[in-house]
Parts: sequence; C-alpha cells; structure tokens
Amino acid sequence: MIEFLHENFRYLLSGISVGGQYALIAIGYTMVYGILRLINFAHGDVFMVAGLIMVYAIAAGLPMWLSIILVLVLTVVLGVVIERVAYKPLRSSPRMSVMISAIGVSYLLQNCALYFTGGLPRSYPSIPFLSKQITIWGATTKMVTVITPILTLVLIFALVFLINHTKIGMAMRAVAKDFETSQLMGIKINSVISFTFVIGCFLAAVGSLLYFSNYTTVIPTSGAMPGLKAFVAAVFGGIGSIPGAVIGAFIIGICENIIKAFGQDWTVFSDAFTFVLLIVILLVKPTGIFGEKATDKV
Amino acid sequence: MNKTMNKKVLRTPDEVAKRQGMWLTIVALVILYVALFALDNFIKPSKFTLMLIPVLKKGAIYSLVCVSMNLLNGFTGLFSLGQAGFMLIGAYAYAIFSIPAAQHASVYQYFDGGAIQFSIPELLSNALGANFGSFLGAVICIIIAGLAAAIFAALIGIPVLRLKSDYLAIATLGFAEIIRAIFQWNGLGAITNGSNLLRKYTAFSDMKIQIGSQVFKLSTTFPFLIAMISIIIIVLLINSSYGRAFKAIRDDEVAAEAMGINLFKHKMLSFVISSFFAGVGGALLAMFQTTVQASAFMSAMTYELLLIVVIGGIGSVSGSCIAAFLYIACSEWWLRFLDSGMLPFGNIQVSFFRDGFRKVVFSVVIMIIVLFFSQGIMGNKELSFAGLIRKIKAKKAAKAEKAQEGGAA
Repeated sequence: MIEFLHENFRYLLSGISVGGQYALIAIGYTMVYGILRLINFAHGDVFMVAGLIMVYAIAAGLPMWLSIILVLVLTVVLGVVIERVAYKPLRSSPRMSVMISAIGVSYLLQNCALYFTGGLPRSYPSIPFLSKQITIWGATTKMVTVITPILTLVLIFALVFLINHTKIGMAMRAVAKDFETSQLMGIKINSVISFTFVIGCFLAAVGSLLYFSNYTTVIPTSGAMPGLKAFVAAVFGGIGSIPGAVIGAFIIGICENIIKAFGQDWTVFSDAFTFVLLIVILLVKPTGIFGEKATDKV
Repeated sequence: MNKTMNKKVLRTPDEVAKRQGMWLTIVALVILYVALFALDNFIKPSKFTLMLIPVLKKGAIYSLVCVSMNLLNGFTGLFSLGQAGFMLIGAYAYAIFSIPAAQHASVYQYFDGGAIQFSIPELLSNALGANFGSFLGAVICIIIAGLAAAIFAALIGIPVLRLKSDYLAIATLGFAEIIRAIFQWNGLGAITNGSNLLRKYTAFSDMKIQIGSQVFKLSTTFPFLIAMISIIIIVLLINSSYGRAFKAIRDDEVAAEAMGINLFKHKMLSFVISSFFAGVGGALLAMFQTTVQASAFMSAMTYELLLIVVIGGIGSVSGSCIAAFLYIACSEWWLRFLDSGMLPFGNIQVSFFRDGFRKVVFSVVIMIIVLFFSQGIMGNKELSFAGLIRKIKAKKAAKAEKAQEGGAA
C-alpha cells in the first residue's frame, strides 16, 4: 500500500495542487451562481486573460511584484466591466439570454486573446519563488504544488470570514437568499453583485498565477477546460456553497490526476471523468453535496 | 356540405396569399436548384465560384444543424449544449461505414486495418453501378449517422431530461465532452481510429448522377437537397400537434403538464429528433471536410451554433437558415479582408488588420446583437412568401383606404 502510494505520490501531489487551483476558480462560479443564478461561462476565460496579462506585463519589462499586482487589479476590473456591460442590462430578461450573453463574452475574450497572441502559445514567465524545484518523498515538483493548497485554504478561510462576519458578507447572503426582498430592505444590489465579481475575479487571478506557473503556456482556449471543471466542482459541492466548491474542486483535481497514473491510454479520459462525475452527481443528488433543496413555485 | 357549395366557397384573402406563397416558394426552389446544378456542371470555376461554393455547402450544413438546435432550444425550451457531441457521432458513424475496403489498411494504419472491413457506398456501387451506388450508399450512411446520434440521445435523454435549464445545459455539455473523449480513446481505435483522422470516405465530390451517357456532378446540390428535406421534416413536426405541445412546454412547463401533455415523452421526442438531425448535419460536415477528427468537435463549436441561432432569432426556422448562411459567408468570405490586412477598396494597408481580427469584429457584433437586439434577425417570426404577399396587400389596402379618405374630404 505504502509502496503504491509512494510510486504514485507525484500524481496525488499534482492532483491536490490542481484541485486547489480549481477551487479558486470554482468560488467565482459558485458565488455568481448563488446570487445571479447565472453560469458565468466567461469566468474561465477571465482566468485565461489573467494569464495573458502576466505574460504581457513581464514582456513589457515590468518588475515581478508590479506585474503580479497589475494582474490582480486588471482581472478584477475586467470582471466588473463584464458584469456591468454584459449582464446588468439583462437582469430582468429570461435566464437563457443572460447565459447566452455569458457565452458571447467567452467567445469575445477567446477571440481577442487569439488576435493579440496571434494564435501562438505564450510561455508564462516563471515566478522565482513559485517555480523553484523541490523534492518531497521522492517526487520532484515545483514549489507551487505545495504552496497552492496552503494558499487556497488561507484565502478560503478569509473569504468565509468575510461572508459570515462582515456587513457586505451579510448583504451577499441576503441577496443570494432572495434577490427582490433584499432590494426592498435597502441593500444596494448592484454594488453587492459587483463586489461578488471582484472577489471571484481576484481569486481567479490568484488561481491563474498558480496554475500557469505549473503549466507554463497560455493559449486562448486554456481557460475553457479549467473553467468548466471548476464549474463542475461547484455543482458537485452544491452550487452556492463555498466549502462545497472547494471540496468538489479537490476531488476533481485528485481524481483526474490519478487517472493519468493508469497509463497513456487513459489520459484522454482525465477531462471526461470530470463530466462523468458531474452526471452522476446530477442524477443522484442534483443539489450537490452541500446544496440546499430548491422547490418549484408555481 | 354538398359538392356545389364546396366549389362556391370563396377563398379568404389569407388562403389566397397562402396559395400564391406556396407557388412562389416552389418556383424559387426550382430556380435555386437549377442554379446549383448549373454551378456544379456548367459554370467555369473562377475566383468567385471558388469562394462561393464552399460557403454554399457549409451554409447549408450549418442551416440544418442550427435548425435542429433551434427545435430544442427555441421551440421546446430545452437549453441543450450537446450539439457538437451529436454531430461528432454522426460524422464518425458516416465516415466509418463509408471508407472503401481497400483504403482501410492506410487509414487504420495503427490499428491493423480496423475492425469494419466493408463500405456501404462501395457495396452498393458494385451492385448498382458506381454513380447511383455511391449516391444511395451515402444517403444510407447519412441515415445511419442520424440514427446513431438519435439512439445515443435516447440513452442519455432518460437521465438528463429530468434536469432543468442550466443543469441540463451543463449536463449535455458534459456528455458532449465524454463522447469526444471516448472517440479519441485508443481502446476503441479499431473502429474510431483513436485520435487519428478518418479520411478517404465518400465525399461531396463523389456525388454524381448519370443521365443517359452523361454524368453530372452534384457536389453542391447534394448538401442542399439533404438539408432541405431535413428542414422540411422539422418544420412539419413543428407545425404538427407535437410541435404545439413543444411550444406549450417551452412557454410554461407546469401549465403544459396540467393540460395533459406528457412532459417527458415530448421532451424526449424533441431531444431525439434534434439529435438525429444533428447527426445528419455531422455526416454532411464530414463529407464537406473530407477528413474528420474528434478533437475538432469542441464545446466552442456548440457555442458558435448557439450564437448563430440567437442571431437568427430563437424560435425561427427561417431565421436560423438566414443567420447560418450570413455567418458562414461573413466568416469564410466577406470579412476575410479583416485578416489579410487589405481593405477591399483601394490599396490601403491597415496595420491592426491581421490574423484573428475578423473574429474579434465578429464577436463584438454578436455581443451587440445579444445585448441590444435580443430578438435577432427574425425574432420568432418566419420569413415566407405568403407572409410577404399578405404584407404587400395590407399596405395596398391601407393606401387605398387613405386615398378614399382623402377623396371624401
């Protein structure tokens, strides 16, 4: 048993690391869904754009610390702008049109990225501290693998604290519970929604720093798959629930890497497995592990 | 009613318009097919036709796929994002059954020539003559492609159709990704050729017809023919009592159920039929491309189709067709200059016109449509000659009335 674990330790390790990165993206999905009831299909692409901002910031000769700050700030700005321009005007439209708008934004971001990169994969600059090689229990890996789960957990505890113990957090919970009533109670819906996007995009930007330090190339579609997987993680954990999203993300990250350990033939299924998991959970417990049961009102 | 009464019944202007519209439609279709046939056989290839023909072919295919998606998303209100997956099944089913036996060794070179050692178009060619045989064989393979997609849809429909709106969207998207993974899996390589291309199967250029001793090409006419027949079937379905049930489900599920509509049965019917035609569309796409690879059928493809449906108008068949042709013409032809860096007029070089700029312009236009013209081109109306005649008549009547009023005053 120990022998087996030791042999496949690197898969487990990278699974935990990827899981943490998915968790950071998944929170953006789950919070937006909790409040707007919208699958923000563009979130994965915001994550990709965060990666590209880093590439271009370093290429422009900015120092590392400034680039990182720039990535965080610009990603947040991008997220808020998307919400204001593409989602806010459709707030009273049917849910399908908002979802279509989200798909449109995703298409736009991917095509813009395609235009700016010229379709070539851009190599991600190595962040000195994160890219350091280390060896744990015989498995050689980058520092980022160890940092990710720790940083993820720290950020999530901070977020949970924010939601449970601050005024804006209380407003967010209220809006998630009942959109209209909270509006009547004097909560400024628009600023709460913007704040949700700020948090989601900030975490996605942090996620992108970690994720691309590991995978090192950014292409216009490199946000699509992690985005979808993070969304599945959010559904798995019960959409709207932050601990659920985190647990879901770790499970997905670990499972897809363990599949890679089975051998070359099975790697094609590492992406598909996520969706198998999704379908199983939707059939067995459609509200996810921590989800609340919703009733249909006529 | 007796016979004389029957004859005497005067048609209402509405019925007259309908009849005239029908005749006009038939005339227009005849002209269209004559033009296509001429394009295939008598018109010399030039720079213009070289651009036009692929656009026409791909436009016809995309029209069919978008209409089938519209049946599900626009008419039944099921927000499904699995279209690319069903097209993949169709494309593969078509290709697998139409690769000539002699080519198996080279196509399936990594899998010892593959498991299936026959080709339907080839078998029929041997029996019925080369031209008619490969035509019929291709049609049969297309139907097989549709059936394969439909069977798969029926299987996944049982669990998936219990889900609502966004959960349904994400679950169908998930299934499309799973299908893609399965078709790329080397374990099934003997049938699907793993992650390698399928090629050398019967394509549009093999579609020929023999009249007397003359052989005529049908390479552009064929996709139009298949797409048109399929779209007509879908339109007939939409206008039938099933179609009305679909629309009822779209407008209000609970009310529809209360009116005695079997929700699951009708959703399943819509899902399976939509998938059938997505499969047919996939087969046509395979014929168009002459090679097919599972990795091309990404979720981005579904998004693209969905956006075309939105541009055309959710709930409008003619809108989907118009949008499909417009979209393909713009992206493959009219807006090419945005990529090449040359304006079509004058000889001005614009530095920011480079690869990919076309798509940026495109996606901005799409966002504008989604945000400000959410009805799309047609909304949920249909474009028809009958409607046009009615409109012209109404305008004339209004004019006459106005003139009369003016005279009276």
